Amino acid sequence: MSTLETLSPAPAGRRSFLGRVTWPVGFLLAAILVFVFYYAITMGYMGDSVVSFARSWVPLTSINEALVWVMCALGLNVVVGYAGLLDLGYVAFWAIGGYVGGWLMSSFFNHLNINVLGNPAPFTTGGIHFNFWFVLVAGAVVCAVFGVIIGAPTLRLRSDYLALVTLGFGEIIPQVFHNGDNVGGFNLSNGTKGIGPVDEIKGLSINQAGSGWRSLGPFDDLSRYIIFIVLTALIVFISLRLRVGRLGRAWLAIREDELAASAMGVPLMRTKLAAYGVGAMAGGLAGVAFATHVGTVLPDGFNFSKSIILLAMVVLGGMGNVWGVIIGALLLAWFNSTGLKQIGTTINGAFGTDINFTSYTFLIFGAVLVLMMLFRREGFLPEARTRLVLREPGRTEVEALGSDLEEQAPELDEELAVLEHDRGKGEPE
Amino acid sequence: MALRTRAVVEPVAAIIILVLLAGWLIWNLAESPSQFFQSGIDGLSNGVLYALIALGYTLVYGIIELINFAHGDLFMLGTLFSGYLVTTVLGLHKSNVEGWLGFALTLIAAMAFCGVINVTIEFLAYRRLRRAPKLAPLITAVGMSFILQQVGLRWNGSTQRQWPSVLPAGQFSVGSINIDRSFPVVVIVTAGLLAIMTWVVTTTRAGKAMRATAQDQDAARLMGINVNRTISFTFAMGGALAGAAGLMYQQTVGTTRYDAGFQLGLIAFTAAVLGGIGNLTGAVLGGLLIGVIQGFNDGLPHGLGQQWSQTVVFSVLILVMVFKPTGLLGQTVGEKV
Repeated sequence: MSTLETLSPAPAGRRSFLGRVTWPVGFLLAAILVFVFYYAITMGYMGDSVVSFARSWVPLTSINEALVWVMCALGLNVVVGYAGLLDLGYVAFWAIGGYVGGWLMSSFFNHLNINVLGNPAPFTTGGIHFNFWFVLVAGAVVCAVFGVIIGAPTLRLRSDYLALVTLGFGEIIPQVFHNGDNVGGFNLSNGTKGIGPVDEIKGLSINQAGSGWRSLGPFDDLSRYIIFIVLTALIVFISLRLRVGRLGRAWLAIREDELAASAMGVPLMRTKLAAYGVGAMAGGLAGVAFATHVGTVLPDGFNFSKSIILLAMVVLGGMGNVWGVIIGALLLAWFNSTGLKQIGTTINGAFGTDINFTSYTFLIFGAVLVLMMLFRREGFLPEARTRLVLREPGRTEVEALGSDLEEQAPELDEELAVLEHDRGKGEPE
Repeated sequence: MALRTRAVVEPVAAIIILVLLAGWLIWNLAESPSQFFQSGIDGLSNGVLYALIALGYTLVYGIIELINFAHGDLFMLGTLFSGYLVTTVLGLHKSNVEGWLGFALTLIAAMAFCGVINVTIEFLAYRRLRRAPKLAPLITAVGMSFILQQVGLRWNGSTQRQWPSVLPAGQFSVGSINIDRSFPVVVIVTAGLLAIMTWVVTTTRAGKAMRATAQDQDAARLMGINVNRTISFTFAMGGALAGAAGLMYQQTVGTTRYDAGFQLGLIAFTAAVLGGIGNLTGAVLGGLLIGVIQGFNDGLPHGLGQQWSQTVVFSVLILVMVFKPTGLLGQTVGEKV
């Protein structure tokens, strides 16, 4: 059968070196180009029109925020795209990562006084101040542990039940932070007021007044961009390497047929837990990065819609394909933060209308999910293997042919047309 | 070995949790019996609505194994529609003969409204995905839920909206417990709808077709059942129940907003799972139980209080999933391969 041939991977030798490195090189080039562009803007080498265009259409803060979304989407891609487990509460890991960042890098626990290579703001006393890079590790580890804790009792469930349980966790954890100013008399999360200010990172500050190694203030977006790009690259690297390794192949096997995979000796529980752990880890990194990006950790941002936007990013780009997910995430995150507003302003200006475009954001996200599922289930940049999985009808071809041919399997319409055509020719005039 | 530890640990843990729960209930009952029954009744009146919404989830899941995420938001549209019809269109705001007539009319209209929307969604989206991998219709349902929420937002704005009720106002007392006068109405309407639905599913031809389709779509088709029409009918029934629940929520609670359906839908889904998804009696039992659990948590002296309400409900969901994934009344069925 032809499907078998397409499914088997091409022999390693035949794949050209260029084919393998095109995307990573592209990623690197794009990252460097963006850096050079904004470096020129920061140092004042660019004309006013370019600067004002960049400020309104693609401000560097929105790019940094988009990179946080990319990190989360890549983590979710491991769970949904690789292992085929629908997670509707991924925002919980983002929240946990954010709060780990808040706890370990602020003066919130001010009866303690711990400083491990940290960078407490001047004139503050007490609190826990760890170095940003240590906190990243801590956030990743804590999230991975939570991922396993959430996964362990629930992964035996059928796929759609699992979606619901993850959704439940995604609702519980932000509510714990929301109500966490008095957990048995202990102030865990400062409730709705949130934790802040989060310590600034110490790094290479670049600006016109002179570059140097110091605390990165709110305007040092260029420096944070470098850090976020490095983190994203790390997650991309992990995703890609895991995907081709033993674990990655086990994930894909589970995604495509759990029963067959388990018959082939894939340990289902351990493999699924690994997917949850790795996915959650990326969420932890993103959470800590986000905490330093916004400077305050607030519980209200972590709601169900964030989980859905992340899912839309993964679906839009192409489940399972790292590059597709990156592009989908960048696109939707930009659209969400600045794109829609700018497009709206432009259209309102051009036609003299007064439509509040940003209020349609979620309508657009909902429509994206529905339309993608109906017309291009594999996403815009699909992986060949995922495409086959998502395209093939659920049952055997004979069964599908025997059922409502014209209504239920649009992909069979062509075959039907050919059949009818042949019959028409065969009959005597 | 690992399996055996699991087989021992799980029932023990379940029993410990149940014993603790019973102890907690007795502690509360001993401390303040009136508060105990009061919060139980409060919870029950919510539970009736949960049961109605849960039935919609269970009906659809039973027939095409899809968690219809958009169902809660359909219910929300039902509340908005009822509010507009009763107050804005019919101009009713107190309980008299006209009010009762308006209530009956709105009940039918809201049921038709939500039924039509549900059938339309099925026709436009889910039907085309019937043979797709399970992930696809589930994600579609999530997207639909967002779209319906935005319809509600466009329709009603983002603030809570208050409507007058045409049901009898005030409360009556049984002993020291106060019960809303609208509560018996809700119970009677719900019981009536349940009776009709049970009759449809168990005795009519359409119900027989539904059960056959739920068992095996292909075999049902070979027996001459119009599977598409049967599934549409199921969605119509589920939608109608959501519409009825919408009217009664709007009449008893009085306020509604575009995101009311999301939380309630999740709670109702939990109820359906607790009772055993796919099982109609289970959905009702689960709805009432979840309502009472929530009422106890919100109202008892040693409850966690209202701000933890959602957490408690979702914890119940997770515990049910861990200890008894088939629910209270569900049967063990192997996943269809």
